[in-house]
Amino acid sequence: MAEKMVDRTDVSAADRIYDMPVEVWEQLQARFPGALHPAEPPARGEGAEPTDSGSHRMTRSVSRSLLMHRPRYEGVLVHARHLLPVLTFLRDELDYTYLSNMTAVDYPESVEQLPPHIDVVYHLFKMSGGGYVPLHVHTAREGAVLPSITSEFPAANFQEREVWDMFGVRFEGHPDLRRLLMWEGFAGFPLRKDWKEAYYEEEHKPYRSRFPNGGNLFYAEARTPCHANVRMTSQELSDSCPPLLEDFGEADRLLYERMLSADRDPDKPLKTEEMVLNMGPHHPSTHGVFRMAVRLDGETVRHLEPVFGYLHRNHEKIGERNTWLQNIPYTDRLDYINGMTCNLAYCVSMEKLLGWEVPERAEYIRIIMSELSRVVNHMLAAGFFSNELGMYFTGSLYALEERELVLDLFEAVSGGRMMFNYMRPGGVASDLPPGWIERARQLVRERLPKKVRQMQTFLLDNEIVRARSIGIGAMTAEEAVAYGVSGPVLRACGVPYDVRRAEPYGIYDRFDFDVVTREHGDVFDRLALRFDEIWESLHILEQAMDAIPDGEIQSHRLSPRMRIPPGESYGRIEAPKGELGFYLVSDGGANPYRYHIRSTSLLNLTPLSTLARGGKIADVVAILGSIDLTMGEVDR
Amino acid sequence: MYGSGIIKTLAITMYHFVMTYVDDVRHWLGRGEDKTLRATEGLPGEGIFTLQYPQERPSLPERYRNLPFLVIDAETEQLRCTACGVCAQICPTQCIWIERAKEPESGRPRRYPMAYNIDVSLCMSCGFCAEFCPFDAIKMDQDYEVATYSRPGFVSAREMAKPESYHAGIHPRAYAQEENEGDE
Repeated sequence: MAEKMVDRTDVSAADRIYDMPVEVWEQLQARFPGALHPAEPPARGEGAEPTDSGSHRMTRSVSRSLLMHRPRYEGVLVHARHLLPVLTFLRDELDYTYLSNMTAVDYPESVEQLPPHIDVVYHLFKMSGGGYVPLHVHTAREGAVLPSITSEFPAANFQEREVWDMFGVRFEGHPDLRRLLMWEGFAGFPLRKDWKEAYYEEEHKPYRSRFPNGGNLFYAEARTPCHANVRMTSQELSDSCPPLLEDFGEADRLLYERMLSADRDPDKPLKTEEMVLNMGPHHPSTHGVFRMAVRLDGETVRHLEPVFGYLHRNHEKIGERNTWLQNIPYTDRLDYINGMTCNLAYCVSMEKLLGWEVPERAEYIRIIMSELSRVVNHMLAAGFFSNELGMYFTGSLYALEERELVLDLFEAVSGGRMMFNYMRPGGVASDLPPGWIERARQLVRERLPKKVRQMQTFLLDNEIVRARSIGIGAMTAEEAVAYGVSGPVLRACGVPYDVRRAEPYGIYDRFDFDVVTREHGDVFDRLALRFDEIWESLHILEQAMDAIPDGEIQSHRLSPRMRIPPGESYGRIEAPKGELGFYLVSDGGANPYRYHIRSTSLLNLTPLSTLARGGKIADVVAILGSIDLTMGEVDR
Repeated sequence: MYGSGIIKTLAITMYHFVMTYVDDVRHWLGRGEDKTLRATEGLPGEGIFTLQYPQERPSLPERYRNLPFLVIDAETEQLRCTACGVCAQICPTQCIWIERAKEPESGRPRRYPMAYNIDVSLCMSCGFCAEFCPFDAIKMDQDYEVATYSRPGFVSAREMAKPESYHAGIHPRAYAQEENEGDE
C-alpha cells in the first residue's frame, strides 16, 4: 500500500494562466518585427480565462504559445542583439520600469527542438501593479556571451555577476564582471547541469543507497570529492594550497584595482593619502559574514565595494537535487528571521505551477503567520539598528523579548522556533492548536501595541538617533526603482509599491490596510517606515483573527515524490524585507529543474555603494543597518 | 526641548529596570503565576525576565520537535515500522538508512526493518518523516539536551525505539486524535 502511494504522480494541473497582457505583446511585435519569437502573435482572448480572485490581474492573458515550441513556458523570446532595445522600450514606453528578477537556466541537451543553450530570463514589472513580462534570451553554452544591461538597469548589476559566476555567461559591457559568490580562480560554473558538487552522490534525491538496502552506512564526505566529484585538473589538485592563496590574491587585485581607479579627483587642492579599509567579513555591524572594502580619504568614503559569498552553500543546486517537498525546510534557512514567509513564497510559486487552490482557513493562517513575522522582523531591524548606532544591546534585547513571545506562538503551531517547515503547497502542515488564537490575540491586542509604541519613543524621538540618521544615505524614488530595491527600503523613498497590493496573493485583497510610504528615502525614514508597517500589520492581524473560519487546512493529499507538470513560474510575495520571489522550472519530474531565489537582501544591497559614497565611514554602518539584510539570504 | 528625547529613552531603560523588581515582588506575593508557565503560556511582565536554566525549564509545546524515534506498539510489542521507506524518501537531508528484512529462504522482503539508522549529525528535525509515515511508526522526540563531546553520527533507531506510552505522554493531543482515527 505504501509503495503505491509513493509512485502516485500529481500531474493534474490545468493549463496555466499567464499574466502578460496581449497589448504588450502586440506593441512589442509592432516595434520589433522579426526580433521576437514566435512569429505569429496569439489571437486576442485566446488565453485562459482570468481568475476570479484577481481583480488586479490583467483582464486578458496571453496563451502559452508564446515561447516557441515550449508548451507551458511563458514569455517572449528575444534575440540577444535586440535585448537592450526591447528592455528600454518596455521601460520607457510601456512603463515596465522595475527589473525584479534576472536569472538563467542551463539546458545541456537539446530540448523541444532547441539546441543546447543557456536561457537567460528577465522579469519586469510595472510600478502601478499587475503581472510581469518575462523575457527570454538564449545563448550557446560554449563561449556564452550576452550584452550587459547594467548601464540602463542598475538592478541587473549583481544579478548579471551572479549569472556569470554560476553559469559562465559573459555580459559584454558590464562595468565590473567579477564572480559574485565564488572566488576568483574557482574552476567551473556551479549551476550548470554538468557541474557536480562535492559530496556528490546522485543527481537527485532520494538516493538509492538509503532504501531498501540501506545497511551499508557511510558519511557523505567519506566518499568525497577532491577525488572524483570536483572538476580540478591534477595539477591544480596537487598544489591546491599555494595556488589557492595566489587566487585569493588575484581576487583582491581585481577588487582593489577597480576601487583605486574609480572616481579619482586629480584636481584636489590638498594632497591627502587614501587608504583601503576592509570592514568584515567578521565585523559586528555586518549581520553575519559580509565584507565591505572601503576606500577612505580621511573619514570620507570615496568608494565602497561589497564582497559576498562567505555563507554561500549553493542553495540553488541543493534545491535542484531535492524533491519539491524537500525544499520547504531548506527555505527556512534563507532568511532565518522570517522562515514563515520564505516557506510561503516557495509554496505560492509551486501552487502557481500546480494550479492548486488553498482552503480558506489555511489562507488566514498564512496571513497571520506572515504578519506576525513582519512585526518580529521590523522590531528586530529597529533593535539591531540601534545596536549598530552604538547603543549596544539594550535596544535589540527589547526587540528580542517581544520576538520570543511570537516565537512561542510559532513553536506551538509548527514545532520549531526558527526552522518551521510549516507551509505546504495547497495549505499548511497542521491546524492551529486549541487556544492559540486567544493567546495570539492577547499578544497582538494587549502587549505588542504598548511595546511597539515604547520602542518607537525609544528610538525615533531620541536626538542622537535622529542626528545619526536624518539625511544620511538618501535615495530618490527613481533611483530606488532603477536599483530594483523592494520592501521598506523602496517605500521609504516614496514609492507606494507593495506586492500585497500590487499583485495580491492569497487573500490580501480582502483586508483593510495602507501601503505606507515616507518621502525622503534616508536612513531615518527607513527606520520610521518599519514602525508604520508594524501598525498596519497589527491591524491586519486583528482582522484576520476575527474573521478566521473553521474548515480544512490542506486541499490536496501530498505524496513524498509529488510531480509538477512541466512549466515555469515566478511566484513572489511581500516578505518583511521586500519582494521575495521563487523562479521555478519543472520538467515534469519529482525534482525542480531550476530553483532560483530572487533574494530580497541581495537586491536591496545593490545601491549600497552609491549610498555610502561621499559619506562618513560611521554612516556606512547606519546605512547597512537600515537596509536590513540577512546573510543567509544574500549568499544562499 | 532639545535632549528631551534622550531623557525619554533613558526613562524607558529605567522603567525596564524597575519593573524587573516589581514583577519579582508580584511573583513572591503569589500574585504572579508559575514562572515556567509564564515563560511559555502567558505574557511575561514588563521587566527583564530570566529563567534559571537548568534548574528552571520552560514547558514545551506539544508540537516541539527534535530528532525522530521509532515507536514500539503497545499491543504487539513490536516496532510499528513496516520498512515501507516513505521516511527515507521524504527525508530532505537523506539521513535515514533502512535495510528491509528478507525471508531467509525465499529472499522475499518482509515488512520489518532489519536495520534502521539515522545520521543524527545530519538530521535537521524538520519532522517530515513523522508527518508522512502512513503507520504512525516514527514520531518526533522532545529531548533537546543532545550535545555530546564527539560527533554522534549514526544512531540505530531500532535499538533506540521508544514505547507507545512515551509517545502518548509527550504528544497527548496528537495521540488521542490518532486513536480516534484508528477506531473509526
